[in-house]
Amino acid sequence: MSALLEVDALSVGFRTRRGIVRALSEASVAIEPGELLLVVGESGSGKTVLAHTLLSLLPRNVDVAGSVRLGGTELLGLAPAALRELRARRMALIPQSPASSLNPVRTLGGQLIEGARARGLSEEQARRRLRALLGELGLDFDFIGGRYIHQLSGGMQQRIVNAMALVGEPDVVIADEPTSGLDSELVETTAAQLQEISARGASLLVITHDLRLAQRLAGWIALLYASRIVELGPTAAFFEAPAHPYGRELLRALPEREGKSIPGMAPELTALPGHCAFADRCPDRFDRCTEALPDLYPAPDGVLARCFVHAAR
Amino acid sequence: MLRAERISKSYRASGGHVVAVDGASLQLERGQRLGLVGPSGSGKSTLAQVMAMLLAPDDGSLTVDGDRIDVWGVHCRCELRHRVQLVFQSPRMAVDPRLRVGEAILEPLVASRLLAARDAECAVLLHDWATRVGLTYDLLERFPHEVSEGQLQRACLARALIVAPRYLICDELSSMLDVSTQAALLEAIAAIQAEQELGVLLITHDRVLADTWCGEVADIRELAARSGEGEADATQRHASARAAALSALVRGRQRRAMPP
Repeated sequence: MSALLEVDALSVGFRTRRGIVRALSEASVAIEPGELLLVVGESGSGKTVLAHTLLSLLPRNVDVAGSVRLGGTELLGLAPAALRELRARRMALIPQSPASSLNPVRTLGGQLIEGARARGLSEEQARRRLRALLGELGLDFDFIGGRYIHQLSGGMQQRIVNAMALVGEPDVVIADEPTSGLDSELVETTAAQLQEISARGASLLVITHDLRLAQRLAGWIALLYASRIVELGPTAAFFEAPAHPYGRELLRALPEREGKSIPGMAPELTALPGHCAFADRCPDRFDRCTEALPDLYPAPDGVLARCFVHAAR
Repeated sequence: MLRAERISKSYRASGGHVVAVDGASLQLERGQRLGLVGPSGSGKSTLAQVMAMLLAPDDGSLTVDGDRIDVWGVHCRCELRHRVQLVFQSPRMAVDPRLRVGEAILEPLVASRLLAARDAECAVLLHDWATRVGLTYDLLERFPHEVSEGQLQRACLARALIVAPRYLICDELSSMLDVSTQAALLEAIAAIQAEQELGVLLITHDRVLADTWCGEVADIRELAARSGEGEADATQRHASARAAALSALVRGRQRRAMPP
């Protein structure tokens, strides 16, 4: 079977008063059904822009180039009605903060059913499916239905938005920072639920800066730095031995490793250099790094890395 | 020493009172690194706000180097408030979006009338603190939405430290940030601590971080005199406390909006 979600040479730029902010440059990834892809990087590296581009949630001051195909259908430039239809039936977003993504002054039952109906289910189907889904997650629809979001614990809130994302049986699920601000117990619950979603056969894209969550979820990882994918490969291989110096230095910054920061800051997205964007901070830098832009080169263990160290292989 | 003794704080909720902190005692010495851990909703942030003199407790006492705090929030004397500074979890919500980053860093000094914004001393202090937290000067001219979350949190750290506090409370300083930025912020704090005998209270969900960075770690569930509620209850309490605070705010607005 061909890859379900294919992103090819996707570039996104925002027109701002400071010039063009290059949020994403020539990103290419593919996610097969049942596969999990982690998108990892610091704030401002382009993670959320990737998710928002896939869902066509970008503002107007944006220029997009490249291609995003879902089951062969090109999403970029699709007519609004067709796009809405496709997004409702085949894609779902698990938002960053469950509590603030639901209406605080409406009970949950009505909101859940409304969400399901927007995905083309009848009221009856919606009830049936929500009952079954929430049941699998250990929640009772009748109990939940009459309550407000603030009356539920963090773990329950997370399960509600997960159920809402799954109700239309989407092909692609995108989770945006699903664990930011959660305590360790809730992180564990959320991780288990995300794995369950992926096991159902959906393509799952998880955006996170939480390296421990990434390691726990496994699957594939795309590491972003200054708008470009700098490493792409199996998550296990990344945590074993990152192929890109940025990945290696990032892992060293974990408190359980060395807790040592990478000196300097990422370059401004309005003035990205024509050479390797990490060169200024890279301990392994050599002449070529400040002269040309590296491609993604094959590194050991089926990894691709945007570093001249691997260019000779 | 920053000393909180038997602090209790509850919020009014629709069904009565929600107890956020119940008789917790905590001491922070100058030069110490103390971690505070506990699940969401266990009262860590409420205790932090009491210890930073922003929130009046229902019961208990707070002393800062022997000075007992009797008035809270804006009524508390600046001189006392400056001794304890708080850095919040979300920098975007912590600064005025209409102030440039540099103005936001200077705001505590200007607001407490220690300096006027056009004083030459301001420019010197601003550049000094920007360098210490790793901000480049061109970022100081930007608005908060034009810098990254990590850069803005660096500015929030500078803003807390510019009034020369004796104690710094970091409430989930880095839970929104990548590990390298987290390490950079902690390195900046460590450097200042070595120089100024700053006492640091690091509130975090990350037990590994607390164990590796702090000399000592306290669990808020063990600080309370009369605790014993389960963790699920704690999360629920947290959510209820938020809802209660929100509805109190809305009611206050409505009252103000009503004709006399």
